[in-house]
Amino acid sequence: MEPPVVTMRAKYKASGPKDPGVAGVLTMRDDSFIFRPNDPSSSVKLDVSFRCIKGHKFSKEGSKQALLNLTQDKGGGYMFEFANFKDRDVCRDLVVCIFDNWTGRVLGRLQCLPPSDQSAQVVPAQPTTQHDNQLSMAEMEQRMNLLREDSELQKLHRQLVIGGVLTETEFWATRKNLLDDAAHKASKQRAGFKSAMLADVRPLTDGRTNKVTFSLTPEIIHQIFAEKPAVHQAFLKFVPSKMSERDFWTKYCRAEYLHRTKNSVAAAAEAAEDEELAVFLKHDDILASEARRKIRRVDPTVDMAADLGDDYSHLPGHGILRDGSKESVDSESELPKRTLLQDLNRHAAVVLEGRTLDVELGDTRTVAEALARSKQAEVATETSDETENQKRLERVSQMTEIEDLQAPRSLPYAPLCIKDPREYFDSQRANAFKATGDTGSGVNKDCCHLSTKQAYESLRAQILEVKSVGFKDPIVIPDLALKVLNDVNQQLSSTDPQLGKNPQATVLDMLPHRTKEELLQHWTSIQELLRHFWSSYPLTTTFLHAKVNRVKDAMAQIYRKLPEVKESVQSEFRHQVSLLVKPMLQVLDEAFKHYDAEMQKRSTKTSEGRNGIL
Amino acid sequence: MASATSNPYTDDVSLLIVLMDTNPYFWGAMNGAAAFSQFLNQVLPFLNSILLLNQLNQLVVIATGVNSCDYLYDSSRVGHESEKRSTKGIPGHSLEILQKLEDFIAKDQQLSNSDEAPGKICSLLSGSLSLALCYIQRILRTGPVHPQPRILCLQASPDGSEQYVAIMNAIFSAQRSMVPIDSCVVGSEDSAFLQQASYITGGVYQKPQHLDGLFQCLSMVFATDLHSRRFLKLPTPTGVDFRASCFCHKEPIGMGYVCSVCLSIFCKYHTKCSTCGPTKQVPPRGYSFSFTYGMAKWSRLCLRPFKFFLRCLVCGFPRRGMDLRIFVPPHTISLRVTSNLCSAKI
Repeated sequence: MEPPVVTMRAKYKASGPKDPGVAGVLTMRDDSFIFRPNDPSSSVKLDVSFRCIKGHKFSKEGSKQALLNLTQDKGGGYMFEFANFKDRDVCRDLVVCIFDNWTGRVLGRLQCLPPSDQSAQVVPAQPTTQHDNQLSMAEMEQRMNLLREDSELQKLHRQLVIGGVLTETEFWATRKNLLDDAAHKASKQRAGFKSAMLADVRPLTDGRTNKVTFSLTPEIIHQIFAEKPAVHQAFLKFVPSKMSERDFWTKYCRAEYLHRTKNSVAAAAEAAEDEELAVFLKHDDILASEARRKIRRVDPTVDMAADLGDDYSHLPGHGILRDGSKESVDSESELPKRTLLQDLNRHAAVVLEGRTLDVELGDTRTVAEALARSKQAEVATETSDETENQKRLERVSQMTEIEDLQAPRSLPYAPLCIKDPREYFDSQRANAFKATGDTGSGVNKDCCHLSTKQAYESLRAQILEVKSVGFKDPIVIPDLALKVLNDVNQQLSSTDPQLGKNPQATVLDMLPHRTKEELLQHWTSIQELLRHFWSSYPLTTTFLHAKVNRVKDAMAQIYRKLPEVKESVQSEFRHQVSLLVKPMLQVLDEAFKHYDAEMQKRSTKTSEGRNGIL
Repeated sequence: MASATSNPYTDDVSLLIVLMDTNPYFWGAMNGAAAFSQFLNQVLPFLNSILLLNQLNQLVVIATGVNSCDYLYDSSRVGHESEKRSTKGIPGHSLEILQKLEDFIAKDQQLSNSDEAPGKICSLLSGSLSLALCYIQRILRTGPVHPQPRILCLQASPDGSEQYVAIMNAIFSAQRSMVPIDSCVVGSEDSAFLQQASYITGGVYQKPQHLDGLFQCLSMVFATDLHSRRFLKLPTPTGVDFRASCFCHKEPIGMGYVCSVCLSIFCKYHTKCSTCGPTKQVPPRGYSFSFTYGMAKWSRLCLRPFKFFLRCLVCGFPRRGMDLRIFVPPHTISLRVTSNLCSAKI
């Protein structure tokens, strides 16, 4: 397709609509536009690449002038006035078309779309596509990434889309799942704060010159604002109204230095002088109020049923002994000494549990037994450790869900499982052996001529014979066994790939690298083209007609290239390659046959139609 | 994992299930008399040798008849009095097999219809495959400690195309359970079903030339256990015919029609799908069937829909089947059903 070129008479208005303008000829090509004034002596000559042009504006239909303003991103622009709106529209549409292709340029080939009816208003029209699907920058990025990662896809893309056979949308329409996956991968996690305490800025002290240097990076400043809300508020209040940023930070660093050197007297003195400094040295009120607010929201019903401290007997060194003396570090004694704290806590715990017995406090034995029974019942009703653990873990996992780390919620469909076509190359060769239309269960030469009864009788007789006669001795004649052995060995060791070999290595690996790549590439492009070819039928619209023609031309091209591949290989591989190429040719032949049949049908229909009219 | 002491089954213990073809029509029609007795003379010693290879090897023999299939022998059953008996150099269990075979053939004959002179009668391979797979499932469910199962098909008669669907299902379930299906075809033609079976499940396919040397071939190729196959070189199939068969005539086809609901394959256009019947249900949108069915070259499929209601994948409107386009990429059956208008965008 020829890149469109538009040549139109226009007036270049350098300074705006009021400018009378320099009459001349504006030529627009696919990557630049040229303005040459009618007057050769005029110095206004423009040769601008569309790379600099970011947008375009145009005046409404019916206004006094038919203007088209090609704006640059820096603010300036090139304004052209046209003789009539029609001319202006043609140029404008071309500009839109070119912008479409600019955005798609990296990915596709120049395609001039049919101009649509844009409502002509004085609106800065951003370069948009005319299709329904807006090509967002993000999606383009994904496509480019995908192409960069997968070289095969890139080759296919280059061949088909940039070669003009398929459009971008057609190519990517069937690969939506790849784009979706890429989109999911692209969503990155937000990087959090560093674990190091950056807000705790340490200065560099130079002993010789007695200078103290603080260095603040944006990261540090960000953390300071996050950790110290008072400083943050002060910054918002003071800068830039009261002091510059540099001054602010100087004061802050000074406060930090004073705080660090724990020179409280100097700090108080400075705070008294400088109220801004005082802000840095004071307690952080905002933090305090926040903490109070959070405390008010703490759930008071949290049941701290137990903690490690309950196991009093194994925590040494706590509390005073019952008799008032301090616990001595007496680790030699075996018996643990009970402390006052232990006794008090145990008593309090029991009191809080409550009385569980209803038995009269008479007989000691009955009391003991009743207590034992109630304890047992309690243990029995307690849910098992495992279920409690499970519930706890579930609660923990719910609370600690991190959205960044969640896998993307995939759609409820099972993705296509398309097997690697390379696996089929060997089998394709076998199919190439058989003629098309040959059935597996072909002519049965062993038609049984016996009746049912006879057949069974003979079988039974043979079994009886084996039973009576016994096994042959030897089971296999040695010569025959040797023959079979040799045959199988030959089969295994033969270098001819068709007669059984290492199943991992395929025939493709035996071919020279370049041929292998070529064949695989041809095969993938044939597959892609056939997919589009067969899905276009029945032809209902002209678009489909054109598409089928393009696809067919591409297929014809590959068809011509295939025998060349065969020729390029050395003679020992030629047979293998021809076996590989044959099914490709068969498949293409089918497609061409179908195409020709359809063309013929259509031509007969049209000729009949014409005859009918006549 | 059971330690070496507690797991008696080492890597090379195998459970071999042999499917023996006992089609009388084929064996009767074989050129050269007494072909079946020759066959038995080769196979029964082979079965003995399997049991000799490892003390823990297990063997199951299933007979594939014309009208039925049945178990002939199971080495893991206790209480073999027949082991003590042996006449004329035939070990006890071979005698047992022969006896059971006789009984089986008598039963099979009773099940057959009145004497007709059949042109081509095929064995019930699908039945015996199913029996074998059920047995293997039972073994697999006894626990983690079991011998490694595999199936050996001794096939004589040609493929029965009416069993296509059942055999393919059995093959896929064998693949799922990771049970290799070895095939030894003693008939005159290659068996496409067994070629596919061995290819898909990772078994060995062999068509020996001489029936006399069958024992040699069996013991060379098919006696190897699964563990040893990793470092032994075994014959690979020359080429597998992956074409699928149509459901109406059971003939292998290259171009056909597919029911958009149940994916049955037909060679001619049918108004009514014989598998799922005419339905007017609208299946949910967004379905995609993805499995390789016979791994045929579906790029050749012609696209003609049936008169069913389906939703267009693009616009979501339910449309009559005649207005829909079914798009089938090669190597899988996965249908993307779109209306005619929307398919222009694909």
